[in-house]
Amino acid sequence: MIKILKYSFYDLMRSKWSYIYFFFYLFLGFVLLFLNNDLSKSIITLMNVIVVLTPLIGAIFGAMYHYNSKEFVELLLAQPLKRRTIFLGQFLGLSISLTLSLVAGLGIPFLSYGIFMSADIFDFISILIVGGVLTFIFTAISYNIALANEDKIKGIGFAILAWLFTAVIYDGLFLVSLVIFDEYPLEYFALGASVFNPIDLSRILIILKLDISALLGYTGAVLQNFFGTSVGMLITSIMLMLWMFIPLKMIVSKSKKKDF
Amino acid sequence: MITIENLHKSFGKLKVLDGLNMSALGEGIFAVLGPNGSGKTTLIKCILGMVIPNSGSIKLNNEEIIGKWIYRKKISYMPQIANFPPNLRVVELIEMIKTLRPQQTKETELIKLFDLEDSLNKKLATLSGGTKQKVNIVLTFMFDSPIIILDEPTTGLDPLSLIELKKLIIAEKSKNKTIIITSHIMSFIEEISDEIVFLLEGNVSFNGTIESLKEETNEGNLEHAIANIIQKSND
Repeated sequence: MIKILKYSFYDLMRSKWSYIYFFFYLFLGFVLLFLNNDLSKSIITLMNVIVVLTPLIGAIFGAMYHYNSKEFVELLLAQPLKRRTIFLGQFLGLSISLTLSLVAGLGIPFLSYGIFMSADIFDFISILIVGGVLTFIFTAISYNIALANEDKIKGIGFAILAWLFTAVIYDGLFLVSLVIFDEYPLEYFALGASVFNPIDLSRILIILKLDISALLGYTGAVLQNFFGTSVGMLITSIMLMLWMFIPLKMIVSKSKKKDF
Repeated sequence: MITIENLHKSFGKLKVLDGLNMSALGEGIFAVLGPNGSGKTTLIKCILGMVIPNSGSIKLNNEEIIGKWIYRKKISYMPQIANFPPNLRVVELIEMIKTLRPQQTKETELIKLFDLEDSLNKKLATLSGGTKQKVNIVLTFMFDSPIIILDEPTTGLDPLSLIELKKLIIAEKSKNKTIIITSHIMSFIEEISDEIVFLLEGNVSFNGTIESLKEETNEGNLEHAIANIIQKSND
């Protein structure tokens, strides 16, 4: 698996998209620091960007990479390799290279601003970790979508739809249902609903970590009330891990049954 | 030696292989022929484990291979369309396949044979179709596998390379290997194959030497003999 990972990674590291993604974050980092001129404010803005953008990039790249490497996968399938090795290797190669663009692109401006000298370093690192985890989750989800759809346009469309749903529509539906059912006790519903959305989960996790209760929102507040900050963070982290492992498990079982 | 029994495969409602039986393919060059959509590629992909049959059995030296993967060490496969990771260089691709398959290789002489030295450091995206096909040939023939499967190997090759390819196939045959070829170019098939497996509607409709096929259909040349079988099945 490491061999496949290595070659997928090399292949991607040379593609122009990795650089575009890298330079985008580089640019974003410098602009945020220049405009805010303050580390902790920049980190909060950064959170809002990362929580929405990394899933989108993961979703699009995951599907696109799968379709573009179709013939390559066929070449690998004819070699004495397990299917699991091929697909997990490719998935990891892609997710790691995307995460690396993120970490390097944001790391350079924040390092040069002197984040190591400040107490915000841990918040910054946790944002990067959450960004990485979201990349892995959405790449895995869109990989599943691509495996299930032969048609490229359809697959990429569904992947973007999955992102749109979790990033935008889900929150809207959630709010509407809170308004409609506001006469009922909604704590459990709200808790349950946010668990089913990795983007909400990671937002809550970061806000709990940054300890900015003004930004918590309803679910965040409920979660903090129920579990307290540290247990809340633990629970959201576990849920995010589940969000990563379930689609991965599905990639393995789907790829075993698929015809190429 | 490959034996196939009662192999079924459908894609949705479309039945591609319908209880296909194939008695042992031993040493020699076997051409798998058939009209478009007769199940040639599906059959080959079933042998390689890329398509998973609905039912039936495929045995390699009397061992069931469906759902297994280690047996692929014994098979070299040349796919129909050579499309490789665009950002890798030729030499890296060859190295990659070598590391994935730690067996003895002879790529240096093949690279020389097909005049690929100048292309080794080029990215695969920049190569022409014919050159990609040559890389494909190198990747297939660099291993010493007892079974070789070639899906439309002549696509895009210039006459000189085609001659080299034929020589290569015949040299491999002399090492007592099983070679399976699909092609639509009848002169190529007639020149190199020992036996023909003719597929029609997901089943083997003829299996024998070229001579016996010609006798059976009363035709002097292979192209007409094949056309004859297809026509008969349409009537």
